[in-house]
Amino acid sequence: MVWYYEKKLQYPVKVSTCNPMLAKYLIEQYGGADGELAAALRYMNQRYTLPDKVVGLLTDIATEELSHLEMIATMIYKLTKDATPEQLKAAGLADHYVNHDKALFYQNASGVPFTASYIQAKGDPIADLYEDIAAEEKARATYQWIIDLSDDPDLNDSLKFLREREIVHSLRFREAVEILKEERNTKKFF
Amino acid sequence: MPPEYYRMLEEIQAIDFVIVELNLYLDTHPNDFEAIKQFNDFTEKSMKLKIQFEKKFGPLMNFGKSFSNYPFNWVDTPWPWQV
Repeated sequence: MVWYYEKKLQYPVKVSTCNPMLAKYLIEQYGGADGELAAALRYMNQRYTLPDKVVGLLTDIATEELSHLEMIATMIYKLTKDATPEQLKAAGLADHYVNHDKALFYQNASGVPFTASYIQAKGDPIADLYEDIAAEEKARATYQWIIDLSDDPDLNDSLKFLREREIVHSLRFREAVEILKEERNTKKFF
Repeated sequence: MPPEYYRMLEEIQAIDFVIVELNLYLDTHPNDFEAIKQFNDFTEKSMKLKIQFEKKFGPLMNFGKSFSNYPFNWVDTPWPWQV
């Protein structure tokens, strides 16, 4: 067995009111280029060819991203579960409703479906880790833009938690780069 | 769910968050002895709290990481997005 499911969120998710417009923005972090699905799959996939010293970190951050994916899904579910078709239409989600009803779908805020081309894997450790640092910074910025648009204090509390996690992940990836540089400098060549 | 459910769950979430943070930190600082002691302390705390929680509210984990009552209560609600 590779991953086990635990019946709990990493951090509580509350929403103040039914608000499908916010759900539409949040889909960006569900199936968008810098979203949680892309993050989890990116790190999980890069692990196989990265140096042993950083595989633990990639495994753990990938796992944490899956728990963030479930938090985003919970937000979207709670923001839309009581919405009428009229409310969904007013929020710009008529297209979504026609295709999916209230089911979640891996797409970005503009309705573009998720694609593997969001995920880079170059096989060069420094290139891959810099990619990961950039991905975390982009996800952090996206959380900030959503917080700026949101007037739901309960939701914003959870979004701020997720924004802070991107900062910690970015820091850890930067440390991973330094670990690899150090390892390279201590290698003996004869 | 009763207030007790939310209180216990939040306590577990807080402790498990400390463990996640220490785990990621230790991934890049594997020689920090004090941090490893904290990691092991919080892991023990988390395990104990989950045993208490599961006695009252059912299994937290699947595939043999939690025990089951009769009938099989892993499939019972609430799921995380329902609370």
